[in-house]
Amino acid sequence: MESSNTDMPWLDRDNNKPFVEIRGLTKKFGDVTAVDNVDLEIYRGELFCLLGGSGCGKSTLLRMLAGFEFPESGSIIIEGTDMSSVPAYERPTNMMFQSYALFPHMSVEKNIAFGLQQDGMNKSEIADRVHEILKLVELQDFKKRKPQQLSGGQRQRVALARSLVKEPKLLLLDEPLAALDKKLRKQTQFELANIQEQVGVTFIVVTHDQEEAMTLSTRMAVMDAGRFKQIGTPTEIYEFPESRMVADFIGSANFIEGRVKEDGADHVLVETDMGEVYIDHGHAVVSGSKIWVAIRPEKISISKTPPAKAGPNQIQGIVDDIGYLGDTSIYKVLLENGQIVDVTSPNHIRPISRKHAITWEDKVYLNWAPSSAMLLNS
Amino acid sequence: MTSVPDNMPNDKQVSIGKRLSRMAQSNWRAIIVFIPYVWLLLFFLLPFFIVAKISLAELQISSPPFSDMIEWTDSGIMTIRLVFDNYLYIISDNLYFDTYVNSLKISVTSTILCLLFGYPIAYGIVRSGPTVKPLLLFAIILPFWTSFLLRVYAWMGLLSDQGTINNLLIRLGIIDDPIRMLYTEFAVYVGIVYTYMPFMILPLYANMEKLDISLNEAAADLGSRPTNTFFKVTLPLTIPGIIAGSLLVFIPATGEYVIPDLLGGGNVQMIGRVLYNEFARNTDWPVAASVAIVLLFLLVLPIIVFQYYQGKASERS
Repeated sequence: MESSNTDMPWLDRDNNKPFVEIRGLTKKFGDVTAVDNVDLEIYRGELFCLLGGSGCGKSTLLRMLAGFEFPESGSIIIEGTDMSSVPAYERPTNMMFQSYALFPHMSVEKNIAFGLQQDGMNKSEIADRVHEILKLVELQDFKKRKPQQLSGGQRQRVALARSLVKEPKLLLLDEPLAALDKKLRKQTQFELANIQEQVGVTFIVVTHDQEEAMTLSTRMAVMDAGRFKQIGTPTEIYEFPESRMVADFIGSANFIEGRVKEDGADHVLVETDMGEVYIDHGHAVVSGSKIWVAIRPEKISISKTPPAKAGPNQIQGIVDDIGYLGDTSIYKVLLENGQIVDVTSPNHIRPISRKHAITWEDKVYLNWAPSSAMLLNS
Repeated sequence: MTSVPDNMPNDKQVSIGKRLSRMAQSNWRAIIVFIPYVWLLLFFLLPFFIVAKISLAELQISSPPFSDMIEWTDSGIMTIRLVFDNYLYIISDNLYFDTYVNSLKISVTSTILCLLFGYPIAYGIVRSGPTVKPLLLFAIILPFWTSFLLRVYAWMGLLSDQGTINNLLIRLGIIDDPIRMLYTEFAVYVGIVYTYMPFMILPLYANMEKLDISLNEAAADLGSRPTNTFFKVTLPLTIPGIIAGSLLVFIPATGEYVIPDLLGGGNVQMIGRVLYNEFARNTDWPVAASVAIVLLFLLVLPIIVFQYYQGKASERS
């Protein structure tokens, strides 16, 4: 992983101070611990995603950053200042709400100007700033409209403009794209990332949508039951999940239980009841211990012709079901031991002649590269 | 093209069936809309015209005690007699004018008092927890279980010179002589504000319940302190509730008869009392009817203004 440290400040902790530091943060609602002793460092200019299912504590964490909830213990430090007990109206953060929370009795223009008026800025300067931000989100023609006269996508942009216009040090976004339909959401994902790059503000985005998190984020944290399961870049999280929960939550994976047979410096060999799995890089495992191996469906190749010679990373089975998605197909392959392995394969060629196409009840041979299988700690 | 004529009769059959069901449907709609109109016609508009007619008659010693509007001369000519003397009398006599002004003063003040007390109460109920909220709402509606008259009599017992409040204050040594509360304007205010408070709280509650709490959070997030958020966000969004509650208090309070009579005695003149005196004691039905008609217009005016502004507001959005 060779990369300049200006792009990845988290790799060079000696020269980069974190912009937001969260230390031992805990929040309880009655008996339920929503956020459980969490530590996190976020650097300036990052677009950080908090990803997790509903009720995992991601929204509570965001609301603590905004100042709507106050932690039981721990601290939130933004640019060196402890913000844990500072009320929302005095924090250098702004939030974009999932429901957008636009003021229904104010026009687009007044909604955006509201935050600037609180700072006592003079009228002409407010007008300039509002004009500029409306240009950024391309809503100049709609400034006199009320929120209820706008479409969902336009409202989303007003909400973004309103939260950006105060030039906050940190922008918090709670499911910013959840209310949009799928097509608009995909388009807006890239727009949002572009805007973030233009304004250079640090973004923390809460989302339950893994695709959104993967597209948007510089780094992301996968949350479950109030704790972080893994923090890393989208590639790290997808290619090197540390746990079964993360591997399962981000994308899909086939899980195989096995026992470590060889633990070398540059390879690991795992014995499973469907053959040996060879991994071409070292891993901190104990020889002889039980372990889970995960293999992503798209990393397995499927073929009707048997392999030339026997070896590890090869299994065979019978096609049990096929899901045709157009660009790819999902094959559910039934192994001899009764387990079903998912394989996705791109449809490179149009199957005009059905001769070579894989179909139901075909005997197929699966194999994967030595770098593909992932070892999980739990 | 040949298939089109074949389909025609079929289409028509379907449309006839549909038309029948639609007719039945629109009949039902007509009936359902018709009933309230008939109700209003019979029990509001007709009595209104009867009262209006009486207000334009002359006092007579007869039964009923007023002159007929339509009279027939011996030669068979119909004459319509409209007497505007009653209205002129009301306008010229200062007693009526003063009483109207006093009624309006009391009802406007009571409405403002109800709003000042009711608004925070409604807000508190909306923001209360899911277990407390139904209890608090129940507490607001609970007084209706007891007769209105009984509750006013209870206030007489509380406010009189030898009443509970005076006795308590004397016992505690705070005062030596009883404070005169019953048969004062103060007692009337207490009675009206107490009685009409639920009519202010309930519409306000219904309005505030719809407010999204995240609007307050958004305002705070943008740097607005709680008081500023109240005046810039919460208050403007609760104006419909304020208007609805205020009308529900203002209109019945203006014509209130029982409360000024029982708690105000002869010291507080309100138009409801004057109307009753003209009708029952003086048996001057025409003047009583005129007083009622003038009162009606005084009350209808604010509603028209409200409707006008509401129409303009819905036009804008």
